[in-house]
Amino acid sequence: MTGIRPSTPPRIPPGPAIIAAVCLALFATAARAESPAVRNCTWCHGTGAQGYTPAPRLAGQRSQYLESQLAGFRSHGRDNPFSKQYMWGAAASLSAQGAHDLATYFAMLPPRPAADGDTELVATGRTIYQQGMPDDDIVACVVCHGPNAEGVGQIPRLGGLAYSYLKRTLEQWGQGYHLNSGPPMPDIASKLSASQIDALASYLSFVK
Amino acid sequence: MRLQTILQTAILTLALAGAARAEEGARGSVQAKLSYCKDCHGASAQGFRGYFPIPRLAGQQIEYLENQLHAFIEHRRTNNIMFNVAHTLSPSMIGALAENFHNLNPPPIGGAPRQLVAEGKKIFEDGIPDANIAACAACHGPDATGTGEIPRLAGQLYPYVIKELTNWGKERGQNPAKPDTSAIMSPVAHSLNKPQIEAVAAYVSSLK
Repeated sequence: MTGIRPSTPPRIPPGPAIIAAVCLALFATAARAESPAVRNCTWCHGTGAQGYTPAPRLAGQRSQYLESQLAGFRSHGRDNPFSKQYMWGAAASLSAQGAHDLATYFAMLPPRPAADGDTELVATGRTIYQQGMPDDDIVACVVCHGPNAEGVGQIPRLGGLAYSYLKRTLEQWGQGYHLNSGPPMPDIASKLSASQIDALASYLSFVK
Repeated sequence: MRLQTILQTAILTLALAGAARAEEGARGSVQAKLSYCKDCHGASAQGFRGYFPIPRLAGQQIEYLENQLHAFIEHRRTNNIMFNVAHTLSPSMIGALAENFHNLNPPPIGGAPRQLVAEGKKIFEDGIPDANIAACAACHGPDATGTGEIPRLAGQLYPYVIKELTNWGKERGQNPAKPDTSAIMSPVAHSLNKPQIEAVAAYVSSLK
């Protein structure tokens, strides 16, 4: 009597099944994240490559841009002080294929906005980004960097990068660094005033 | 008498010096504005593939360039970015910029699919009689260099030509109070299908 049971399949509580799936997913991600090459990057660029001052976020960055920057570190064309101090050495022994693989990997990671700029400057920054300042001969960033500052090809994603990184990079062109990036950024950035840079960096840090 | 001569000479000298300075100032501001245009349109005005395609201005017909800048200002051609840029320009500045761009002749930036060029050449030279599409060469010239308000197409960016032909009626001739020459192109642009547009764009973008 008691030996006959209803023919329902054995019930597995959903909890363990979900945990198993999550573990599997984590393991798959970890397998990639744990590669020594990736770990060399995230040591400074932070967990999930979300950036860790002063190292910029790499997650979600355009892969072609990442590759071109890695090439710039190797050729010493990207020559600002932090690049010189950290990235020239870090990229020195990287092969073209190695750079390509890293760029592809980081481009796939979902980016989170730093959202650490001055909220009071956001409106001004948005105006400069979307409309430029025609009277000051400053072009609208949106034309090349896109409506959500997402970038395309070799043009970098700017939305959600850290305020300090955006500010420092925009200032550096005016100080004569990374002029090898080619036109037009050296010309555009050196026309920006300190307050315009502040506003742009603030606005961009919040863009998702 | 003598004093009068001295005074006259002095006044004349001052006036001449003033005129020279004014001319220098005007030239200087043309240079600044040119550099501003080239921040987006490329160092030789060869065009640039940003997030949005930015057209080649080099070698473009003067009257076409002037007409387009006025079209942005008068909302005949809708483009927020170019409205912002154009509405600050004086008529003499518009003339000076147009002449400068007309005299540039860099090679085309390329990048169009080569396999489309032959089909595009056929459409450009013979039109598509069955679809009531005139030969492009009839108005734009056998070398696609244009004339007067009819634009040069030679060397124009592949994605830009596609965008313009696709959006013709939504972007141009938008001020009912001010009908313009864009109406001539409307039926042709409307009749071309996507593969035909791509073929023509590939062909003209390859022309020097």
